[in-house]
Amino acid sequence: MRLERRESVPLSLALLAPLGAVAAALLLAGGLIALAGVSPLRAYAEMARGALGSRLALTETLTRATPLVLTGLAAAVAFRARLWNIGAEGQLMLGALAVAWAGHSLLAGAPALLAIPLLMLLAMAVGALWLLGPVVLRLRLGVDEVVTTLLLNFVAILLVGLMVEGPLKDPTAFGWPQSVAIPRDLRLPDLVARSRLHVGVLLAVAAALLLWAAQSRTVWGAETRAAGLSPRAAAFAGVSIPRTLLGVAALSGGLAGLSGGVEVLGVTGYVTTTLSPGFGYAGIVVSMLAALHPLGVVLAATFVAAVFVGADAMGRALGVPSFMADVIVSLSLLSMLVALLLATHRVRR
Amino acid sequence: MTNPVLHLDSITKRFGPLLAVDAVSLRLRRGEVLALLGENGAGKTTLVNVLFGHYRADAGTVTVDGTPLPPESPRAAIGAGVGMVHQHFALASNLTVLDNVALGLDPLWLPWSRRAAVRARLLAASEKFGLPVDPDARVADLSVGERQRVEILKALVRDARILVLDEPTAVLARPEAEALFATLRAMTAEGLSILLISHKMAEVMAADRVAVLRAGRLVAERATAETTPEELAELMVGAKVARPRREAHRPGPPVLAAEGLSLRDKGRTLLDGASFTLRAGEVLGIVGVAGNGQAALGRVLMGLQRPDAGSVLLDGREAPATPRALVAAGVGRVPEDRLAEGVAGDLLVWENATLDRLRTPALSRAGIVRRGAARAFAADLIARFDLRGGGPDARTARLSGGNIQKLILARALSGSPRVVLAFQPTRGLDEGAVAAVHARLLDARAQGAAILLVTEDLDEALALSDRLQAIVAGRLSLPLPAEEADARRLGLLMAGRWEAHHAA
Repeated sequence: MRLERRESVPLSLALLAPLGAVAAALLLAGGLIALAGVSPLRAYAEMARGALGSRLALTETLTRATPLVLTGLAAAVAFRARLWNIGAEGQLMLGALAVAWAGHSLLAGAPALLAIPLLMLLAMAVGALWLLGPVVLRLRLGVDEVVTTLLLNFVAILLVGLMVEGPLKDPTAFGWPQSVAIPRDLRLPDLVARSRLHVGVLLAVAAALLLWAAQSRTVWGAETRAAGLSPRAAAFAGVSIPRTLLGVAALSGGLAGLSGGVEVLGVTGYVTTTLSPGFGYAGIVVSMLAALHPLGVVLAATFVAAVFVGADAMGRALGVPSFMADVIVSLSLLSMLVALLLATHRVRR
Repeated sequence: MTNPVLHLDSITKRFGPLLAVDAVSLRLRRGEVLALLGENGAGKTTLVNVLFGHYRADAGTVTVDGTPLPPESPRAAIGAGVGMVHQHFALASNLTVLDNVALGLDPLWLPWSRRAAVRARLLAASEKFGLPVDPDARVADLSVGERQRVEILKALVRDARILVLDEPTAVLARPEAEALFATLRAMTAEGLSILLISHKMAEVMAADRVAVLRAGRLVAERATAETTPEELAELMVGAKVARPRREAHRPGPPVLAAEGLSLRDKGRTLLDGASFTLRAGEVLGIVGVAGNGQAALGRVLMGLQRPDAGSVLLDGREAPATPRALVAAGVGRVPEDRLAEGVAGDLLVWENATLDRLRTPALSRAGIVRRGAARAFAADLIARFDLRGGGPDARTARLSGGNIQKLILARALSGSPRVVLAFQPTRGLDEGAVAAVHARLLDARAQGAAILLVTEDLDEALALSDRLQAIVAGRLSLPLPAEEADARRLGLLMAGRWEAHHAA
């Protein structure tokens, strides 16, 4: 049996790949659920209800999806240029830290219409700077950015820990290590009353649309794609590879930083070391499930968020460990890799 | 007639609607060199892939020494004594020669490797066929010719009695190619049989017999003693093709000049005071054995690298030093490595056609690509340069090598450039494509373009050039007018012996 590369991938197959991958993941995880002594069908019904079955469930899922869209875009834009940014988690934490700090000190008295955009820009700048170091190291010395970006995640989280245990610690939080909350009027307005869903979700979708337009319609998009697919051919055509990578890094780090900033502005109001349940890493899965397509990222992020929110409900109702969500998401990534291979290749025997 | 060692009996292979090989039968006798001649896409590679068990034939059988081979089993082919030397070597460059030869010889369940036995067999084969090799040398440190030797030894150590060589001289310089043919003769004297796949006349004529494939059909078999390269070329293409020749005309004023270009990289001298002057309406041919600084010269002239010393002048002024500025200034560029530098295979044809000029107002406005204009630009190139195999929206990697080169040439020539830098423009192309590329370059010359032709192919250099210079170890000889050039004098120049020549 051998694999032959297809000349072109039909659209139907490209769309079918993620659906097939998700189905395969649910099927495999179903086996584990059955082992836990629960009917997989009941478990999945419970999950669907918990993620989508009520107004509260739906808003919770979308609230969860918001940072995932942004970290998914961060991964997608970087991977497309063959820049392996595994550091979205750290960039997110620092974006959140910067917003929590500036929001309760520098910009505490400023009008919201001015302060909120400034805080978002700050989050983006911090995230971008955190990624710039590894990229400069790669360009200058050939240091593998997978290692540096990954390890900097731990540095970032420890840095947040240092700040919330020290200078930024909220004295009124009964000893919990969290930062002082930003003023109420600097928070993002709610999108749906009596829920946690804030306007950040619109921002995330807008970012996906903008990125899609930029990638498919602009000179910048064409040049980054060429640089990612074939650096030598791009350089021959006059595309500067270092400049392209630095630009992509700024955008990718910026999106990840923004995701942390929006989480503080929209959901928590303060920063803790546990602000992100792995949004940065899940963003990598999201981008792969979306085959790096910005609009696919929105759908994939919603799916992953629904699995996590639904798994909590399933755990409460049926006693199946909610870690099942991690299993499902991980299996989705693995089966997506297989599905992508099958979509781009033909099996011959 | 003795029984053939290898018999392909009416092999047919289809890929969807495409009939790649149509009822082809071939017999290879013991101790014979049989050349399989055909243009790119004639079905040579498909036929060999059937023989070696990579493809299953839709009809027909492969018989070795009277025993039919099971279809689709490379293992059975190897077991029957068929050895394959690929055009692109399948060697692990971080391993030694011995490791590469031993790889795959040991059964997987064996916890150790029987290296001593393999070493003995390797040295024995090396001795017997006159293929000297150091078993402990790392493949990465070997020259291309030596790597090919390792590939051949890999097959011989596996007791190959039939050796299939796919385009063996595509990567070799002329002396290495001659040494290879001497080796092949020694092998046939030992009773081996050789199937040589090629589209080069010179090497086909070194075989005993030639089988000509055209569009999947076997159109002729000839003994080389009873045929001529001209007849074979005609059989291969199906019609008489004549490479165009230049007609004399007076060149114009100097357009592009290089003065004392020097470049060093990691302690190696790549360019060493190279100078030339290129005039409007002339072809300046730069000939040389591969690896004498042609690649570095290309990088400097095409705006990819700055020289350590020296300058490039366009119309007497410092030439622009970036690809985009060069394109804007009317310099058409055809890079040496067309698949790595000329195009990105995964991009669409229109994207590759426009990538080096996407920032011009004709193709983009305020950073937004004018896709209609870009597609129209590509469609125009496709029509004008007779590009086949796909429209503007085809993936570029789907095109054949010849059509990819046409695309690169079309892009380079599209704006009626004043200078054309053509590096190895016909390497690896079949006869029809070569003629098309030559005609385009001569057209550009007739319209007054100044053309720098860097090539290893002496016939090409002699047919197109008004003046010739040799490149040796990064240095350029003084120019030689085409009227005074012949193969012998060029040979001397390429050997670096021009001081004596000019002093005399």
